Amino acid sequence: MKWLISGGRIVDPASGRDEVADLLLEDGLIKRTGQGVKAARGVKTVDASGLLVVPGLIDMHCHLREPGFEYKETVASGCAAAVKGGITSVMCMANTDPVNDCASVTAYILAKASQAGLARVFPIGAITKGMQGESLAEMGELAHSGCVAVSDDGRPVRSGGIMRRAIEYSAAFGLLVIDHAEDLSIAGEGVMHEGFVSTMLGLEGIPTAAALSQIARNIALVREFGGRIHIAHVSSRSGADLIRNAKAEGLSVTAETCPHFFTLDHEAVRGFDTNAKVNPPLSTADDVEGIIESLADGTIDVIATDHAPHHRDEKDREFDLAAFGISGFETALALTLGLVHKGRLPLMEAIAKWTVNPAKIVGLPGGTLAEGAHADVTLLDAEAQWTVDPTLFLSKGKNTPFAGTKLKGEVANTFVGGRMVYDRNEGIIVKQE
Amino acid sequence: MIGNSNHLLGLDGLTRDDITRVLNAAAGMKEISARKIKKVPTLRGKTIVNLFFEPSTRTRTSFEIAAKRLSADAVNFSASASSTSKGETLVDTARNIEAMAPDVVIIRHKFSGSPYMLADRLDCSIVNAGDGSHQHPSQGLLDIFTARERKGDLTGLKVVIAGDITHSRVARSDIYGFTAMGANVHVTGPPTMIPVGIEAMGATVQPSFEAAIEGADIIIMLRIQLERKSGMLIPSLREYARFFGLNAERLAIANKDVLVMHPGPINRGIEISSEIADGPYSVILDQVENGVAVRMAILYLLSGGIDEMVD
Repeated sequence: MKWLISGGRIVDPASGRDEVADLLLEDGLIKRTGQGVKAARGVKTVDASGLLVVPGLIDMHCHLREPGFEYKETVASGCAAAVKGGITSVMCMANTDPVNDCASVTAYILAKASQAGLARVFPIGAITKGMQGESLAEMGELAHSGCVAVSDDGRPVRSGGIMRRAIEYSAAFGLLVIDHAEDLSIAGEGVMHEGFVSTMLGLEGIPTAAALSQIARNIALVREFGGRIHIAHVSSRSGADLIRNAKAEGLSVTAETCPHFFTLDHEAVRGFDTNAKVNPPLSTADDVEGIIESLADGTIDVIATDHAPHHRDEKDREFDLAAFGISGFETALALTLGLVHKGRLPLMEAIAKWTVNPAKIVGLPGGTLAEGAHADVTLLDAEAQWTVDPTLFLSKGKNTPFAGTKLKGEVANTFVGGRMVYDRNEGIIVKQE
Repeated sequence: MIGNSNHLLGLDGLTRDDITRVLNAAAGMKEISARKIKKVPTLRGKTIVNLFFEPSTRTRTSFEIAAKRLSADAVNFSASASSTSKGETLVDTARNIEAMAPDVVIIRHKFSGSPYMLADRLDCSIVNAGDGSHQHPSQGLLDIFTARERKGDLTGLKVVIAGDITHSRVARSDIYGFTAMGANVHVTGPPTMIPVGIEAMGATVQPSFEAAIEGADIIIMLRIQLERKSGMLIPSLREYARFFGLNAERLAIANKDVLVMHPGPINRGIEISSEIADGPYSVILDQVENGVAVRMAILYLLSGGIDEMVD
């Protein structure tokens, strides 16, 4: 199938293009882009006038839960939710059961992704065997079987010695190390940000220092031993400050944040809303401001969802016992556009943090609308208003603190490899064999 | 109704008038407990369930006696003997109990916020009898009742809460309640036991125990909860008793007519010396006595009672 996306506003941070133009998709690639591209016979046309045409989004941090936790999410349901959210490539974390620390698990995930035929799936392998934090996983094998990064996300690497070796060894295979920076001895049994809200609610707090001490450790390791590290889900102003300083030193430290960290603060937990329970926790209003500033000044390179779907029963319980995490695929883009609508982040920058930036950091194809690139394209209706209704999520995880929130910005169409996989009126479009 | 709610989940959000209304009702109830026949038919036909997921003798008994003195049918449901030990969730347990049509469910739970879950899901009135480190509103009300009985108007009085503030649900309810009544609440204890941002609730933090006690009108000593997390916050009980316990020497710097309270059960010789606990300033047993009257008032007001009955 050939597609002509006609008359949309092309916003392509990789080239800096921002203009009304056409885009011709052929053989899975972007064949041609420019003004007045004609549709030859057999080419279907999408009228994109009034829409934004951006590279398909790359989400470098999500949990697809398969294998092991299919009751929370499957690769197929997660990919459907992703493309509905305009995301065409996802990097899924290794905390499955069994842990993705070997070729067979990676191959299983890739096979499931291929069956689903929606988003591109790039697995992240474990840093340590079984994510036990004791010895390095077989990173060479992981890289050869399709992993693009390594992380023990969800079970932070406690030992600085192991982290040092991980950063050093992974370089041989071009694998990015992504760290969930959290010192568990400081975090203790905390379930939300430690501050006046946790005090009022009588909930155990997670101090900001839990993340800071690990971010600082990681930076110290890169400073001394070289290599590079990517800090997952930065949630505080002070965390971002550490990364800003590291970058100023010229160290290869990159960072991501998530939509909830630039949208909500710890007040969202009041009333014991377990849907606002997430790790790292929602922090103060000043931290939200600091994250936005750090996105704007380039300290934070990437926005990623940390999509963490859970079963209803895992959230519908006492706050202390509820699972951490937010189902994020289907609200991420609209929340990001929220920053654009409020004038806090230029559109070009916002899209860069979802496309060219993660592509460069990880070394993935895509993230650009250049001719010859993969035809992964997202069409956005930036002005469309909608109200978040988790019952309409395609993800199995309905756990969102944004239920009932009015958002502006909706995905009109998603293309992966030149195929239309989502249309806002028709829904998911499955592959015709 | 208490405040504008048919639940009693916490003392935050209650005004001085709301609290005064409960105290006035409790004063009437206290008279009932002094009668030869300690029973009135007020809540006849009402079913009250004590849903205690945490061991408790005094609070559960106090609520049970309160219910029975008002002629309600009181049923005790203790977690160890129930289906929760078989893996049933709190929500399911609550739904099962609701199917038996109670009018009031009194819940004690080790996790903060649990009563809110029930209030969101059940139609009956929910009374929080202590949830994690969050609140214990009936204890707060009986503390205020006891204080008012001795002191009258609480405006401008210095109330000191001492001990493990971080893990105390009593402290939180007392801070909200006494502040609403116009008192000045100070908290003190080892720095590891003072939670961040407690000032936002209206309390003044006093790092020095002595400075806190100076000029105090009411001192509320908190129990060191050895069964909870207090243990890792202090080096030893011996050291705690020496530097943070209430003894005669320290009490001498308080006001001459100071009241000493304790939510119980007390650890003699740790947070409070026996001579103080049993001494003339102690109102610890008054608190227990008043607890029944205050809980009668709570059940009465939540079950649709009107003020004139006790006026």
